[in-house]
Amino acid sequence: MMTQLANTQKIGSVMVVGAGIAGMQAALDLADSGYYVHLVDRSPCIGGLMAQLDKTFPTNDCAM
Amino acid sequence: MNINIVTNTELETVEGEAGNFTARLVNYPRYIDADKCTGCGQCAEACPVVAVNEFNCGLDCRTASCIKYAQAVPLVYTIDRASCIGCGICETVCLAKAIRYDDQPKRMELNVGAVILSTGDEVFDPTRFDTYHYATLPNVVTSLEFERILSASGPYRGRLMRPYDREEPAKIAWLQCVGSRDLNQSDNPYCSSVCCMYAIKEAVIAKEHARESLDAAVFYMDIRSYGKDFERYYERAKEHGIRFIRSRVHSALPSGDGDVELQYVDEKGRLQSEIFNMVVLSVGFQVSRETMELAGRLGVDLDAHHFVKTKSFTPVATSRPGIYVCGSIQGPKDIPQSVMEASAAAAATGVLLTDSRWTQTRQKQLPDETNVRGDRPRIGVFVCHCGINISGMVNVPEVRDYARALPFVVYVEDNLYTCSQDTQVKMAQVIQEQGINRVVVAACTPRTHEPLFQETLLNAGINKYLFEMANIRNQDSWVHNDPHAATEKAKDLVRMAVSKAALLEPLRDTELDLNPKTLVLGGGVAGMTAAKALADQGYAVDLVEKTTQLGGQAKSLYKTWKGESIQDYTHRLVREVEQHPLIDVHKSTELLKVDGFVGNFTSEFSNGTGERFSLQHGITIVATGAHELKPNEYLYGKDPRVITSLEIDKLFIQNDPKLQQIASAVFVQCVGSREPHRPYCSRVCCTHSVESALDLKRRNPAMDVFVLYRDIRTYGEREDLYTEARRQGVIFIRYDLDAKPSVSVNGERLQVLTRDPILDRPVAITADLIVLASAIEPSDNENLARFFKVPINEDGFFMEAHAKLKPVEFATEGVFLCGLAHYPKSVDESISQALAAASRATCLLAKARVSVSGMVAETNPALCSECGTCVSICPYSAPYFNERGKAQINAALCKGCGLCTASCRSGAIRLQGFDDAQIFAMIESV
Repeated sequence: MMTQLANTQKIGSVMVVGAGIAGMQAALDLADSGYYVHLVDRSPCIGGLMAQLDKTFPTNDCAM
Repeated sequence: MNINIVTNTELETVEGEAGNFTARLVNYPRYIDADKCTGCGQCAEACPVVAVNEFNCGLDCRTASCIKYAQAVPLVYTIDRASCIGCGICETVCLAKAIRYDDQPKRMELNVGAVILSTGDEVFDPTRFDTYHYATLPNVVTSLEFERILSASGPYRGRLMRPYDREEPAKIAWLQCVGSRDLNQSDNPYCSSVCCMYAIKEAVIAKEHARESLDAAVFYMDIRSYGKDFERYYERAKEHGIRFIRSRVHSALPSGDGDVELQYVDEKGRLQSEIFNMVVLSVGFQVSRETMELAGRLGVDLDAHHFVKTKSFTPVATSRPGIYVCGSIQGPKDIPQSVMEASAAAAATGVLLTDSRWTQTRQKQLPDETNVRGDRPRIGVFVCHCGINISGMVNVPEVRDYARALPFVVYVEDNLYTCSQDTQVKMAQVIQEQGINRVVVAACTPRTHEPLFQETLLNAGINKYLFEMANIRNQDSWVHNDPHAATEKAKDLVRMAVSKAALLEPLRDTELDLNPKTLVLGGGVAGMTAAKALADQGYAVDLVEKTTQLGGQAKSLYKTWKGESIQDYTHRLVREVEQHPLIDVHKSTELLKVDGFVGNFTSEFSNGTGERFSLQHGITIVATGAHELKPNEYLYGKDPRVITSLEIDKLFIQNDPKLQQIASAVFVQCVGSREPHRPYCSRVCCTHSVESALDLKRRNPAMDVFVLYRDIRTYGEREDLYTEARRQGVIFIRYDLDAKPSVSVNGERLQVLTRDPILDRPVAITADLIVLASAIEPSDNENLARFFKVPINEDGFFMEAHAKLKPVEFATEGVFLCGLAHYPKSVDESISQALAAASRATCLLAKARVSVSGMVAETNPALCSECGTCVSICPYSAPYFNERGKAQINAALCKGCGLCTASCRSGAIRLQGFDDAQIFAMIESV
């Protein structure tokens, strides 16, 4: 009975902790597939380490 | 819309259980009201404080009130109270009245069903490497500092300079493995996985940026270019003249004038010394103390190197149910692997919370669209300064005033950043107040910003296609250096855009139903994992396998690199997939033909008995795998004691007693990989051989085990296996491609001849078993590629839509990729990628409908001469002959490229949004 109750009470929102490239991608996938996402980061803005990179190989695309 | 960005916030605790957690967080003060700040930057301009800019790694300065970088999201300033002197100037200049000196930390609670940890790693601080003098020599920098130096938005605006005297260096050295593969000065014995490639990239780009010729040298132990297209990049770097020197440098010494002398021992054991103008330390990753503490508070287990502990078969699940993990906090990894894992974590979360999908999300309420058809055009023009990106070269107010006098223009305005959030609100207001029915934005490129402005149009109640952009940045201010001419060109571009805008018509996006069924091609671990992840979320799957059994390559594999049994796992997975009520398994089945497009595919198959049948599906996942190359060298096939990696796994699985009797075993690496005709690295073979060598040693510690290799590529925490193998007495001997080992029969036993580079003399090894680490070869994917119109790379593997950011997607919508068909990878990586493919598919499936752009071609049957040129020329098969024999365009397949329009001899095709009349109006106004 208890487990059944717990099943029906699952919450359709997710907290993603850390908003670097991985956290942002996870948040986008979840929001696009029907979940409300809280994207939490310690820093004043999202982006993480990748925002500090210049270009990425092998395509030499701008990291920003 | 459904992502709530919570910055300046730390997670304290998570209570509850999977499906229902309560998270407690602390929100640290920004001292600027995020709701009021417009990101205008007045406060930073007025701030008198000079503080070290951490974002540029301390290479330049910032003010106390700051943003990290111009494109920051959210674009809200923060006051750094540690450096703020409290002078109050910012408060007086802030027109938005956003400054809050008395801001306090706030506690908050969130109720969530699941948690994903993705806090990443920190870069290693090399200060304690006193022999490299990082702390004392200004021209010894870390690789991250060098990234900022190269960056156009960095401290030197992209000019290659060294910090000491801002001179361009003529010689730069990169030192690899600083804070990785090292227990001497750091505690990080693992490989950081990414440093080899970023060092090569930095060297290549530095050479491009250098005005004089640059001598770039990389000092390394093993080059680990194990990823897709990495080896090619490495080979190209060598052709560009970048020197690769195999040595671990022991000292970097000051050498006058800011130069640095490197002292090292070369491979032959000779002491060498060379002077460089600048030295870059390729620093590795480690888990930060904060992350370790967070894991402790959450009750999430860490492994020996403090990364979040996971199992190979559940690579994104932590030890605490309902808490998932992705990115480099789970182990050092590169961007594509992080992106895949992120989607994988989303898929795992989706399986947990599938019953509550769409229960917490919000739907956007859009105002009704105003019908503007037939109305006289009323054009609004917004000219962007883009900070100083445009206004540094173009006189923006002059362009604005010029636009005011153009036909049909009723409103003009210039903005510091037209794309900023506050401008969007204002733009929507202006559109409504002024009755504007066409909008022109003169700013940057529609590629990145058109969707944003179109959304603003929708919010203002007008059709999103009544919009035109003039690119006065990328095509003007960035590429010219005469302000007057640049301003004139900006006027031309704006005039062209306005003349086109006057002729724009509202267009409709088409919405189509999506068939909720998915076809998964390939019944290996990747295909089965993807199928199960979708079926567990309630979506039906047809799983098609060419052979008589599910399991793929995993059927022949012994253990994962973490030591788990692949056989047990595969048997369990096969059983679960075969018994799943939502998965239909079709074995001995081959794909013959595919028709349709995202949401509505029809595919034809033949099964083992030659019977034909067809399936309808909305999504396709390609997981057709790859196989081990059968070598034709080293006596393979001629002597039964010469076997491949998979064949030794078979002996391990069967626990063959003859393994005990071997006195000497030799592993030969790179058999068929990294050769001119197959230039890629097969990624998994180094780890596999080292693992097998260890297994042989465990069975018989007296056995002599040799590994002949070119570079050992036990990336990430797999490095532990390499360290352990050397500890157990496995002997590693390097060889060069131009002096490959040779194998011969010597009496009763085998003999391997190779040249030891350290002894610099030939070595003969007597062996009873030779294991060839044979390459992983792609299947013949030609037909499949044609069926789905997806590309194959030079090596025969499928090519994803974007190497970094779309690692499981194809350019063809609704078709996804995972497993060995993408590139060689280990079982845990295949599982991650399969979950990622399932997650990307779910993003379409969950919405149940697909939207097709209104910017598509349209035919006029009265003019069509039925010549068929459009049908044959279209790369997407969008045009077809309808029942009346006239050409018609399938809007769902059309990408709006315009090929058919341009090639139609009868002028019967128009591309909506790029009408002849609109294009001619632009041309005529030049």
